[in-house]
Amino acid sequence: MPCVNADGTVTESGRAILLGLKEAKTAEALAGATGLPLFRVRSGLREMAQAGLVVDLEGAYRVTERGQALAERS
Amino acid sequence: MEATPSPAPPTTHLPRIGSPAPEFEAPTTHGVLRLEDYRGTWLILFSHPADFTPVCTTEFIGFAQLYPELKKRNVELLGLSIDSIYAHIAWVRNIEQNFSVKIPFPVIADLNKEVATAYGMIMPGESKTEASRCVFVIDPEGIVRAMIYYPLTTGRNMDEMLRLIDALQTTDKHKVATPANWKPGDKVIIPPPTTQEMAEERLSAKNGFECTDWYFCRKKL
Repeated sequence: MPCVNADGTVTESGRAILLGLKEAKTAEALAGATGLPLFRVRSGLREMAQAGLVVDLEGAYRVTERGQALAERS
Repeated sequence: MEATPSPAPPTTHLPRIGSPAPEFEAPTTHGVLRLEDYRGTWLILFSHPADFTPVCTTEFIGFAQLYPELKKRNVELLGLSIDSIYAHIAWVRNIEQNFSVKIPFPVIADLNKEVATAYGMIMPGESKTEASRCVFVIDPEGIVRAMIYYPLTTGRNMDEMLRLIDALQTTDKHKVATPANWKPGDKVIIPPPTTQEMAEERLSAKNGFECTDWYFCRKKL
């Protein structure tokens, strides 16, 4: 997974995505806020949603408690 | 005794200009990507025969140098070859070490040839194990807008990639066509009339067009 390392920490781009989602955002808004390319944000959100680190609120995403904790310790 | 005819070569499916680009989900140097991840942006999907080969290395350097201009035009790059992720990572690191050029775009590791087959990137008459030098320009709605195929031996022209993008985006924005060797700033072609009445109006109208004949009108943007 590109955003989550094997040791459970998140990569730099993964951390940027998680920290950018304290308030729910669309992928487009998150790309604008983080400066990451939209395709990277979309693929990262998809994988972090599968891992339970973010939740998909019908088009907008928000970090979960688990995702927040992971971002803070990475 | 009659000779048995040799079997026909397997059918190769090619995308078509104006049709939706084949969907894919593939491992890349930037993680697993899908075509749908590029919705809303233009995409240049291009293939190369193999990592650690000289012509491909010059092309990757060329694409990397082109990338800032493409980003200004809302265009992303996505490379592909029938190599592993580890080969791709080693190669892009090698390019950075030897040529001081960082490869900023993802590269698909298409070891099972799924994407290459869907896009008709393999030319069996040339190589059954490598992708040819193919380029697919896909628009923000996922429609194939242009295709370029080059053989293994011939590196692509990066200026033409940019010219093609400029031409397609100009066509979309202004509903015009672009003539041979067109570059931004040059006159564009007004699509020819499709009825006799429109042809007569085209020549008589004071519309600012430069018309050589009813079917050949140009204008400055």
